[in-house]
Amino acid sequence: MITSRQDLDRVRATVSEALGRQKARVLICAGTGCVANGSLKVYQRFVEVLKARGLYTDVDLLLQHEGDGTTVAKSGCHGFCQMGPLVRIEPHEFFYTKVRPDDVTEIVEHTLEQGEVIERLLYTDPVTNEKAVSEDSIPFYKYQNRVALANCGRLDPEDIREYIVHDGYQAIARALTLSPEEVISMVKESGLRGRGGGGFPAARKWELAREAEGAIKYIICNGDEGDPGAFMDRSVMEGDPHRVVEGMMIAGYAVGASEGYCYVRAEYPLAVSRLRKAVAEAEARGLLGDSILGSGFSFRIRIKEGAGAFVCGEETALMASIEGKRGMPNPRPPYPATRGLWGKPTVINNVETLANVPAIVLKGGDWFRSYGTPTSPGTKTFALAGHVANTGLVEVPMGLPLRDIIFKIGGGIRGGREFKAVQIGGPSGGCLCTEHLDLPLDYDSLKKVGAMVGSGGLVVMDDSTCMVEVAQFFMNFAQNESCGKCVPCREGTKQMLAVLQRITAGQGQPGDVALLEELAEVVRDGSLCGLGKTAPNPILTTLKYFRHEYEAHVREKRCPANACEALKSYSVDPEKCKGCTLCARVCPVGAITGERGQPHTIDASKCIKCNACVEKCRFGAIRTN
Amino acid sequence: MMAKLTIDGQTIEINSEKNVLELVRKLGINLPTFCYHSELSVYGACRLCMVEEEKMGLIAACSTPPQDGMVIRTNTNRTRRLRRTVIELLLANHHRDCTTCEKNEACKLQSLAHQLGVRKVRFGERTEILPIDNSSPAVVRDPNKCILCGDCVRMCSEIQGIGVLNFANRGAKTTVAPAFNKQLSEVDCVNCGQCVAVCPTGALTVRSETEIVWNALHDPTKTVIAQVAPAVRVALSEEFGGQPGELVTGRLVAGLRRLGFAKVFDTTFTADLTAVEETDEFLARLAKGERLPQFTSCCPGWVKFCEQYYPELLPNVSTCKSPQQMFGSVAKRFYSRQLGVEPKDLFVVSIMPCTAKKFEARRPEFAYQGIREVDAVISTTELALLLKQDGIVFNELEDEAFDTPLGLTSGAGVLFGVTGGVAEAALRAASGALGVNLDKVEFHEVRGFEGIRSAAVRLGDAELKVAVVNGLGNARELIEKIKRGEVHYDLIEVMACPGGCVGGGGQPYPNDSQTRQARAKGLYRRDKMTQFRRPQDNLAVQQVYEKWLDGRHSQTAHDALHTSYRPRRRIDGSEIVLNGARSDAQPVEVAVCVGTGCYLRGSYDVLAQFTQLSLSDELAGRVNLKATFCLEHCDKGASLKVGDRIVTGVTPENAAQVFHKEVASLFQK
Repeated sequence: MITSRQDLDRVRATVSEALGRQKARVLICAGTGCVANGSLKVYQRFVEVLKARGLYTDVDLLLQHEGDGTTVAKSGCHGFCQMGPLVRIEPHEFFYTKVRPDDVTEIVEHTLEQGEVIERLLYTDPVTNEKAVSEDSIPFYKYQNRVALANCGRLDPEDIREYIVHDGYQAIARALTLSPEEVISMVKESGLRGRGGGGFPAARKWELAREAEGAIKYIICNGDEGDPGAFMDRSVMEGDPHRVVEGMMIAGYAVGASEGYCYVRAEYPLAVSRLRKAVAEAEARGLLGDSILGSGFSFRIRIKEGAGAFVCGEETALMASIEGKRGMPNPRPPYPATRGLWGKPTVINNVETLANVPAIVLKGGDWFRSYGTPTSPGTKTFALAGHVANTGLVEVPMGLPLRDIIFKIGGGIRGGREFKAVQIGGPSGGCLCTEHLDLPLDYDSLKKVGAMVGSGGLVVMDDSTCMVEVAQFFMNFAQNESCGKCVPCREGTKQMLAVLQRITAGQGQPGDVALLEELAEVVRDGSLCGLGKTAPNPILTTLKYFRHEYEAHVREKRCPANACEALKSYSVDPEKCKGCTLCARVCPVGAITGERGQPHTIDASKCIKCNACVEKCRFGAIRTN
Repeated sequence: MMAKLTIDGQTIEINSEKNVLELVRKLGINLPTFCYHSELSVYGACRLCMVEEEKMGLIAACSTPPQDGMVIRTNTNRTRRLRRTVIELLLANHHRDCTTCEKNEACKLQSLAHQLGVRKVRFGERTEILPIDNSSPAVVRDPNKCILCGDCVRMCSEIQGIGVLNFANRGAKTTVAPAFNKQLSEVDCVNCGQCVAVCPTGALTVRSETEIVWNALHDPTKTVIAQVAPAVRVALSEEFGGQPGELVTGRLVAGLRRLGFAKVFDTTFTADLTAVEETDEFLARLAKGERLPQFTSCCPGWVKFCEQYYPELLPNVSTCKSPQQMFGSVAKRFYSRQLGVEPKDLFVVSIMPCTAKKFEARRPEFAYQGIREVDAVISTTELALLLKQDGIVFNELEDEAFDTPLGLTSGAGVLFGVTGGVAEAALRAASGALGVNLDKVEFHEVRGFEGIRSAAVRLGDAELKVAVVNGLGNARELIEKIKRGEVHYDLIEVMACPGGCVGGGGQPYPNDSQTRQARAKGLYRRDKMTQFRRPQDNLAVQQVYEKWLDGRHSQTAHDALHTSYRPRRRIDGSEIVLNGARSDAQPVEVAVCVGTGCYLRGSYDVLAQFTQLSLSDELAGRVNLKATFCLEHCDKGASLKVGDRIVTGVTPENAAQVFHKEVASLFQK
């Protein structure tokens, strides 16, 4: 049991000393991405091979001064999921990618026994062709600054002792020596803003809830991350659950709450189980419960699984969901800080926001402000996806230009194509184009151009992307995920989707673009909650920056990116066609005819646009426009 | 300094108003809304009430608290565009068969579309047509016309404390439906029609019986007579351009005669009879000190509610039939003889403010010689429709009087149409019966519109504790308090609808609290105008007792005027087979109730024990064990059924014993 600051320091010293005696450490990424790629089999294999060779040890053995070999741990997500399973070897800091179970024996023999690096498992820069030995030398990591993700990939998230060794629970210990007001002013000095979307100052929320009347108050950690392609919060919850727990404790102390709820998507089973384990371990050690570290401050955390509704990420809907009601937003005011969960003052912070808190308390607001911009201090995690060479999770200082993220960290556009646009902030965000490449990524700059940081999704698109289709994709999402409560969102998203579908199907009518724009503005103006208010953003921004694409679809029945199936027309370029008959043979509907050696023709009335002829033709003779 | 704000250039002080909308309306600006009702929680979904505030931009007036210095404009280009688009979007998803819709001309969506100048719907039409639920005798639910304002949902759960309707599914697929998408007749709906009263469109309407009435009126073998409930006469004129509370009894009677009714009678007459009978019953209980508090029984919504949720209180409910059923009973049993008509050829039509009366009239116990006591029940709005269909110019009718003898009334009976009225009638009857406080006829202590009111009324030496409840949610609240022993009463009047029958589900739209209060005032005016104020002073009542009922307290009176109640299941569900029997064995069917009442008494444990016991060697495959939802013996649970026999009083402790006695023994012979 840890009942005082001294106990905590003693545990840290003991475990740290024990871990210092290990010869080497193998960290196998056990984030969802790597697990899906088979990292657990790699882990098993490491344990087997090391045990067979008498090299295996673990923290318990080390603590009992037995064994001094190699420890094997399942770590949290490194963020570079496309290269998984990832294996990190300490103290060499070798970083192996795409490791298969069959590679394990070789790693043990060469790297662990002889300290040699295995070249073929290293990351190769696709541009320079250089091999990167350690994580830090990979461009993907070189430009990152990890605060929220600091421990992800560095420790075993299922072992509280490892977190304690990495300064875990030192921040709550420090906070408990300060007054709640002092803790709030530290966070205020840091300028920390909500990482979940709106960017509301975290300290202000705390202050309002602290000032609100009532003996019972709640802290809610919002882990209902639902944007397509976003997995920042998941990685933190999976990779460093104790940091979330500690952040909630500090918020609880500052606000005067003794109970917290961590609301996690049920689609994140690993995050749920790791958080449950973290809470149980913290309780077992006395770090959660009554009179934490002998301070008199008591705090408990419950894990609440969501049931799959995107809208439950909206704070009032989330609270309704915890209360067992239908997850639907309610009008604000009253704001949660005054009347929240069960009618009590409540602070709802996003996972990443809370994950920043322990570091701020330990290192101070000035340190935090040393990252980012004056109005958007600190770092922000983004999920980089789409047509970039390197996809994954990146944490960068706020205000970094888009160009750096896409081209330096992301390695540029995949396949040598041209950059066209980036959708930032998920379905609530906006689509930005080339003119924004030097735009600093921070709350205010993004808001100015009609986008938002959102939870931090970054979907990069190349020139083969049709912007109308992009808007349609996000509108389809918003339409499916609307809770159905207010008219503008429920009916408006449905009708906007119908207009978009009409346009991409080549059935756009004159006036459709104006209708779409008007409807988008009404839905933005009139919706009840943030989901509805921001649902038209993809349309409004694509209309702003790519209006000509909409016009081309409607007026000329042409998709400039040549992406909309319905608008493609297949024909043979007689200049290029050699009459090899390959296309006629592969065509499943017999739409292509012609004499051998003569240019062929495609019967448009039969063609089903399956693209088989394009793929088969060796002369590039099939035109699709 | 009083806080003030400006709305459309007018300055107004902020008093206790909770939201901007209240202030807007106070200024006489008719800002449209679908989902705002002052008596329900703020929902904020229709977005029609959005206004522009100088600094805050567009805000929803219903959910924004007023602040000092706000400068609000209700009609701007942005708000107008928003309102029109909202209506247009709703219309695009609405089954627009307006001309043949039940709600045509009384539909808020229709009138707002007109008012806001929506002349074209630029979006497609609704393609999906969902089935209409017309399983209920009271309410028809057409999901294709629902605009999802949630008014019915909140009314049923917040005011009535039941929650029959709720939202299902998400996004554009959202619907309002009973649990598991069951039909209204299969769930715990009490037919009060308050959902209809708040529904702005044709999604929830009253189940019409007008065709049945036309057919009877045009059937030469039938003698068709009418009874008219008190609350109808203060609301009917609203359907003809009049004001709520306007008394149109004379024209109403004249209109019914024009329609072809042979006799036009007044339910107020049997309300008097009910008051006398119920007070006799009450005074007898009071003397013996048993089955108190006595609950009134004239509201069929309340009776079904009590059967479903509080079966243990059924002995406390007055056994008196409601005025509607007393009328039917007296008409079919006795009046038919006076007319010389066979009971089967006498067709009794009730004109009621109420939708639950349609259910009540269908209850199997309300029959005489196998014939329904009341043959058809039509609502106030249905009557208006009959009059219009017949080409009767209602406003030009000359007043006519009810027929005798069942048309003579006292002021007390009239009050049955408003909350507190039944209690007041009972107090008048009691003071008359006891011969005390004879100078007092008006009992203002039980009047009012608050949900729960109580009064201690001194009658001679006795002090009666009386409670008056309207709204079933309030009834639930009061009953729970009584069960916790926090309060004690002798007499409790319950009316399911807020305001009582004046606000019934069959009354004209709008049916809001303001309208209800105006109607109630009309009834109190009518009471003041009557010659007799006490129910027992009604000469016709006295005559009926003498001529037909063999006097007060007789067996004949009891048989004709009283009824009984039974526990009632809340939801229909198929049984769940747990241990199936082999087809070759002659199995015994055993069903254990796992409904709420039995569940709370440990029926899950009983079921678990039965499951084990029925798996024993000698019984395996011979017991068809099922879990069932309600055997309607909730007051005596836990219950189970062996074959056709109900066994009650099963507990986890005696479960094994019961199994051996009732099930295993069947195989030992």
